[in-house]
Amino acid sequence: MKARVTITLKPGVLDPQGRAIQNALGGLGFAGVAGVRQGKVIELDLADGTSEAEVDDMAKRLLANTVIENYRIELL
Amino acid sequence: MKAAVVVFPGSNCDRDLAVALEQITGTAPVMVWHRETELPEGLDLIALPGGFSYGDYLRSGAMSARSPVMAAVVAAAGEGRAVLGVCNGFQVLTEAGLLPGALMRNAGLNFVCRDVALTVENSQTMFTARYDAGETIRVPVAHHDGNYFADAETLDRLEGEGRVVFRYAEDVNGSARGIAGIVNAQGNVLGLMPHPERLIEAEQGGTDGRRVFEALAAALG
Repeated sequence: MKARVTITLKPGVLDPQGRAIQNALGGLGFAGVAGVRQGKVIELDLADGTSEAEVDDMAKRLLANTVIENYRIELL
Repeated sequence: MKAAVVVFPGSNCDRDLAVALEQITGTAPVMVWHRETELPEGLDLIALPGGFSYGDYLRSGAMSARSPVMAAVVAAAGEGRAVLGVCNGFQVLTEAGLLPGALMRNAGLNFVCRDVALTVENSQTMFTARYDAGETIRVPVAHHDGNYFADAETLDRLEGEGRVVFRYAEDVNGSARGIAGIVNAQGNVLGLMPHPERLIEAEQGGTDGRRVFEALAAALG
């Protein structure tokens, strides 16, 4: 089985990389990009039967820094 | 004073810290590899150096904070032993939960590598007793992820408890309230982004960093 953990910055946390991407999109001529927030996606190859609780523990203890980031888990 | 410098894969200021400690305290520190599960007996100070441990993979300091040695560092900090984290060492301390907040990408996105002006906000710590409160010093920074972030409540608590020890006296990286260095509630753990170990003798262009180590030597014997 696989799981996908999507990590995003919490609302209100400044995202200078997102801002730079937004500016670059403007430079390419894409009008109307009002905001960009970037994050990361981590795909895990897991032993069958791994529980969502265990993936949640992985996210809390390493994959995300919950001071600044939110995460979302999908079991695939 | 018996000191140790922890070495992670990708640390690059470990020897600078060792030289500063040996020159100023008279005793060479023990270098401890991050895979160790125990620290040497009877340490007074544990120093976490600057660098780019694990290539800053995942987040700066994230992998190192889960190194085997860090459980021993957390335990030693709990016993009241002094812990100093410089630059990447500060990032490791926040990732390990020994200090609050997080260090994020610099607001200007650029790697910042230059001397910056710092205000010493609190001279009543074992790390800063040789400075005067309100004094401005110049110390080099060299980082990409030095933009300190914490929620407003945490920032207010840090300020209220005098735990903001060093503040940038100029715009450097977008840090919340200009925070450059903080201590934990007990006052025995300091994390700072600037590099005091790089400015300990005149040949390096100044000695403003020297007094951090002099203060530790005086406090810890």
